[in-house]
Amino acid sequence: MYWNPSIERMSQDDLRLIQERKLRALVRTVYDYSQFYRERFKAAGITPDDIKSLEDLSKLPFTKKSDLRDTYPFGMFAVPLSQVVRFHASSGTTGKPTVVGYTTNDINVWIESLCRGLVSCGVSNKDIVQIAYGYGLFTGGLGFHYAAEKIGAAVLPISAGNTQRQIELMRDLGSTVIACTPSYMLYLAEFAAKMGVDIASDTKLRVGIFGAEPWSEETRKRIEKKTGISAFDVYGTSELSGPLFTECLEKCGLHVWADHFLIEVVDPKTGEQLGEGEKGELVVTTLSKEALPLVRWRTGDLTYIEMEKCSCGRTHPRIMRILGRTDDMVIVRGINVFPSQVEHVLMRFPELGEHYMIILDRKEDGLDEMTVQVELSEKFKVDRISDIIELEKRVADELKSVLNVWAKVEVVNPGTLQRFEGKAKRVLDRRKI
Amino acid sequence: MLKQISVFVENKPGRLAAVTEKLNEVKTNIRAFTIAEAGDFGIIRMVVDKTQEAYEVLKKSGFTVSLTDVIAVEVEDRPGALYEIAKSLGDANVNIEYCYAFTSGKHKALIIMRVNDIEKAKAVLSKMDVLFKGSID
Ligand SMILES: [Zn+2]
Repeated sequence: MYWNPSIERMSQDDLRLIQERKLRALVRTVYDYSQFYRERFKAAGITPDDIKSLEDLSKLPFTKKSDLRDTYPFGMFAVPLSQVVRFHASSGTTGKPTVVGYTTNDINVWIESLCRGLVSCGVSNKDIVQIAYGYGLFTGGLGFHYAAEKIGAAVLPISAGNTQRQIELMRDLGSTVIACTPSYMLYLAEFAAKMGVDIASDTKLRVGIFGAEPWSEETRKRIEKKTGISAFDVYGTSELSGPLFTECLEKCGLHVWADHFLIEVVDPKTGEQLGEGEKGELVVTTLSKEALPLVRWRTGDLTYIEMEKCSCGRTHPRIMRILGRTDDMVIVRGINVFPSQVEHVLMRFPELGEHYMIILDRKEDGLDEMTVQVELSEKFKVDRISDIIELEKRVADELKSVLNVWAKVEVVNPGTLQRFEGKAKRVLDRRKI
Repeated sequence: MLKQISVFVENKPGRLAAVTEKLNEVKTNIRAFTIAEAGDFGIIRMVVDKTQEAYEVLKKSGFTVSLTDVIAVEVEDRPGALYEIAKSLGDANVNIEYCYAFTSGKHKALIIMRVNDIEKAKAVLSKMDVLFKGSID
């Protein structure tokens, strides 16, 4: 099933023509209407005439989160505020908040993208969609809300939190689809079990669409095994609009709608363009956005691109599951460590549960120490001291081989580590630097 | 053969209290008890009168708890009694993974042990007529 079959299956040559035409128009528009971009282009020695084809993309300067912060609140807007119909804002975990704005058309493009995604995950007008993403300034709740309504599904706008109610309503109303963060889904499943509700057999839930934080293939397997649902990845950021791209039924990457978004992957350090299949930072140019157009936006998310036509029939390129964030990355004894790598290792151990914390300390001698606390699985049988010591050692060895840095592993009782209703914050950096 | 309850506990204040509080909730008496400790964590092992109830309440309260088959040995109160038992098991190539003792008014001194080969151990100990075959209540 397709939401917009003629576009979703359009030939890649035709898509490219659309992208080229839209890129030229975008560059012209931002040069004429945005002082911010005009100055940037001038500093880079570029005029709109220099951008003729997609090959010229790399001549354009990047834009970054810091640009949005430095021009807070409206410095990067390219339309008068009278044309703006909505704002969203991010809380600014790493600094000042950032504000994004939308014209009517921006909202339409956003929702169109997510409608294509929902349908590609097999969601239809027969579904009841429980939206457990936060509503409000965060884009997750409202994005899913309007897209699910548009495809004709029934929406349960419950927002994040209030876990007991989530499970009661899921059971009583027969929600078939849930959208939330993957860590919240794990928490929901755990909470449901405590209430005596087995999501697999006592509810009609069949699809979950999970995003807003990087998660691993192993976490997918766990969610699917525990709850009997089919779990899909979704990607998007508030700057790009909100949740935009999902996996299709093939679960082989997330389709990025090329008629609205132009993607590249670059080396996070040098900014050099990387080829198909090479891992690096995702950079997105918005081809249709009006209020806040973004030229070569550095997302900070690490992934790689697959251009080949998907077996689902869609021709649009795919990005692979986000491997981590350049700014989630922690540096331990000079080595880059991504929490998602740690999660990936932990989830391979059936003896361990889903919840973990990464704690960083700096010892008196100046050396960094990384401790990974992880909950035991409730099913794990413990009787001998060596059961625990051997397990901790096997996990530590595996972490060492993946991360190239040694971590102390501490297993703890199930249910004792912090739970997260929104984005999980699994790194506790206690180093005084 | 006896069922022993093993509980994983982090080495933090109040953990033992948390475990025993739960046992008290179901009015369970602890008959034998030991804590094996290793740095950040410990394992509480115990033999109780209401094993199933105790197991359920701990499990429900989120503890990592398991039931383990252990054997109990009656040891006479005379020099060399324990030595003979240990030697016979050793000669039969049975490894004692851990053991702990308890006494009560009702029974002789009992030693609870976990071994690597429970069937073989039972054979050896039965032959010596020291295997405890009763139940603990
Ligand atoms: Zn596909």
